[in-house]
Amino acid sequence: MIFGLSIAFWITALFTVAGALAAALLKNLVHCALSLTVTFAGLAILFLQLDAQFAGFAQMLVYIGAVAILVVFAILLTRGAGAPEYRIYTSSWLAGIAIAAAVFALLAWSVITSLPAGAGSAAPDVTVLSIGQALMSTYVLPLEIVAVVLTVALIGAVIVAMHDKGDAKTHEQKGGAQ
Amino acid sequence: MNFQALTLPEKLDQLFVFVQHWIMGFFPAHWQPLVGALVGVVGIVASFPAIFALTTVLERKGLGRMQNRLGPNRVGPLGIFQPVADGIKSLTKEDIVPVSADGVVHFLAPVVLVVAIFLGYASLPIGRNMVLVNIDAGLLFFFAVGASTELSIFMAGWSSRNKYSLLGAMRAVAQMISYEVPLLMSAIVAVMMTGSLSTVKIVEAQSGFTGIFPHWYVFTPWGFAGFVLFVIAALAETNRTPFDLPEGESELVAGYFTEYSGFKFALFFLGEYLGMMSIAGFGITLFLGGWGAPFSFLNFIPSWAWFFLKLLAALCFFIWLRGTLPRLRQDQLMNFAWKFMLPMTLLNLMVAAAWRFLGDSATGAWLRWVLCAGVLLLAYVGLGRVLMRKQRLGARSYRYAE
Amino acid sequence: MLGEGIVKGLAETAKNFAGSFVSKERLTTVQYPEERVEPIENTRDFPFLVYDGSDPMAGLRCVACQICEKECPPKCIYITKSTDKKPDYVGKPQIYPARFDIDISVCMSCQICVEVCPFEAIKMDTEFELSTTDRFEGLILDREQLAKSNEYYNKIHPTEAAEVDARLAEEKAKVEAKAKAAAAAAAAKAAAPASGETTAKPAPQKDPAKEPGA
Repeated sequence: MIFGLSIAFWITALFTVAGALAAALLKNLVHCALSLTVTFAGLAILFLQLDAQFAGFAQMLVYIGAVAILVVFAILLTRGAGAPEYRIYTSSWLAGIAIAAAVFALLAWSVITSLPAGAGSAAPDVTVLSIGQALMSTYVLPLEIVAVVLTVALIGAVIVAMHDKGDAKTHEQKGGAQ
Repeated sequence: MNFQALTLPEKLDQLFVFVQHWIMGFFPAHWQPLVGALVGVVGIVASFPAIFALTTVLERKGLGRMQNRLGPNRVGPLGIFQPVADGIKSLTKEDIVPVSADGVVHFLAPVVLVVAIFLGYASLPIGRNMVLVNIDAGLLFFFAVGASTELSIFMAGWSSRNKYSLLGAMRAVAQMISYEVPLLMSAIVAVMMTGSLSTVKIVEAQSGFTGIFPHWYVFTPWGFAGFVLFVIAALAETNRTPFDLPEGESELVAGYFTEYSGFKFALFFLGEYLGMMSIAGFGITLFLGGWGAPFSFLNFIPSWAWFFLKLLAALCFFIWLRGTLPRLRQDQLMNFAWKFMLPMTLLNLMVAAAWRFLGDSATGAWLRWVLCAGVLLLAYVGLGRVLMRKQRLGARSYRYAE
Repeated sequence: MLGEGIVKGLAETAKNFAGSFVSKERLTTVQYPEERVEPIENTRDFPFLVYDGSDPMAGLRCVACQICEKECPPKCIYITKSTDKKPDYVGKPQIYPARFDIDISVCMSCQICVEVCPFEAIKMDTEFELSTTDRFEGLILDREQLAKSNEYYNKIHPTEAAEVDARLAEEKAKVEAKAKAAAAAAAAKAAAPASGETTAKPAPQKDPAKEPGA
């Protein structure tokens, strides 16, 4: 125990922070994306250490399984994954630092002002079952709204992809004109 | 529990559990959970690669027989030591890393793959009281860990700096993401019926018997449909034939592990088979009653033996499919995932819900059987007809590059 | 119906699987080192040199004319002419190859050397177990390794060898008849001792001592 926190926490925290720093500082974009994945994994483990199984596994499933892949695909499909020629330390860094500091301040403020988990109140036993029940009873309206939003996104993606055929035709016409 | 008080079948059944407790007894109480977990990990890390070795020789000999060949028969009697020879060969081979490869990522990819796949075994119940971590969200854990294998495949393909590797990796990732949706959806029916994400509870819910027949989920209309869909999605998820486009030897050399040799290649090979076994294990857990016996009078055989027998049967089925089916094309693969698998899994979810709410009173029992089976069969035939007519799954239309 | 073909295919492979245990005819594999299939008559892989009689080096039909060396498309034949002469199958003194090497790692088994040889001296072999631990020297066959008897040639390519033998015998008979006629003419012309008669007599294995080492 160091400062009242377990060794496991310190190791995970170290990896998480190192991953985040690497994601910001490395030159190769794919390396950045992979470092970001380390951060995601670290966060998932931190959630699990807090007994938040659902949040931890969802973090893994969504962030490592989907978001990281999406980021990597986006990098590969948009531009070369090689190291950039220009300097990565630019004036936009100042703006970036300012935004990061603001977000950090906001989070810190909300954490500090939230109710402290005192010794008197026992940690709530949040199982996957109780999350499911809460989603299906108290929070059923937000859940449904999110479902509609996601469906709309899905249909939108299908519509965007469906233009493929029309494009092929216009290409043909172009080819004919030439 | 007292070991002496149990009958012989029960003793056999709990043999490994008692061995674990016996080893834990040598350590102070503070260390016991850690030691217990370590013993479990060692058990899994030792037994599943052993089955992997057995599977490779079974696969080669079985495929040979299906093609009217003999298969390997030189190393040891009937060629059973072939995996040993293969292991020695891959250990002693030169480890080649391409000059332009990204060394660190190239090295990490197979390691991450094998580690992630091994993690998946943690919540797999391989016998009564035999699960490494009995957590509330065991199934979710498996899928969460399984999702991270995609990244290691991408790492392998990208770091090799080889067009075939990258193409293979892109194909693999696209395929795995597409089939993860039907895989999850088909697994959810079992979760709905059990009312729990815990793998142990899912197995326990299927452990009853009617007469001599077990209450496996596969013996219900929604369970059967779910099982078939799960098997198809699992095949795609593990890049097995007929979904082995990512490593299509004829067009991509070996896909994402083209540039791997020696033991790193062996790790990929191991990872592929371990992934196959873990997903087969979860299929067994979800639909085939886990470690339960298929007939009530066979209960005296230890639960872990049943699990491994079912696992072997599942692996043999995978091999049989590999010997039978040709490789799919990319467009067929994607059409099949989004136009057949996804609607069927969604329908299966609704059927399972209907089954649940029709109840199992005397009249409801056969009514829901007819209704659920009818709906699923109709949907299957109808969807199949429509897709075939639209040639979504049929003959190919060619489009050439300009 | 969807999936019908898959079931049919599975049944087919299952039939093959089970059948391979029951009927031996299904298994076409030959367990090679123990069992062997005789190569068919037209099999060919790399060339060899034919010799007559019992001594391989003395009986080589090759006269080192170097036509094959020139014709060989991948240039895998290396010939050095001898400085002395030895009698050939009809007894005529001929140059012979002091060195005759074929690099079988280069040879493409085209059989052009066989087609162009006017002396029926080079033929195609059927020997395929040529693996070696030395991929440079081990794959260059010298004339000792290349020399194989006419009986061996008769064994591996019976039809072709019979034709060749008949043709050679015919030629030899023609030469002998000519020699005899010449001898008779000479005998009739003069009573002087005919020195040409002795040299014309076929005596291929007469002088092994003349044969130089490889």
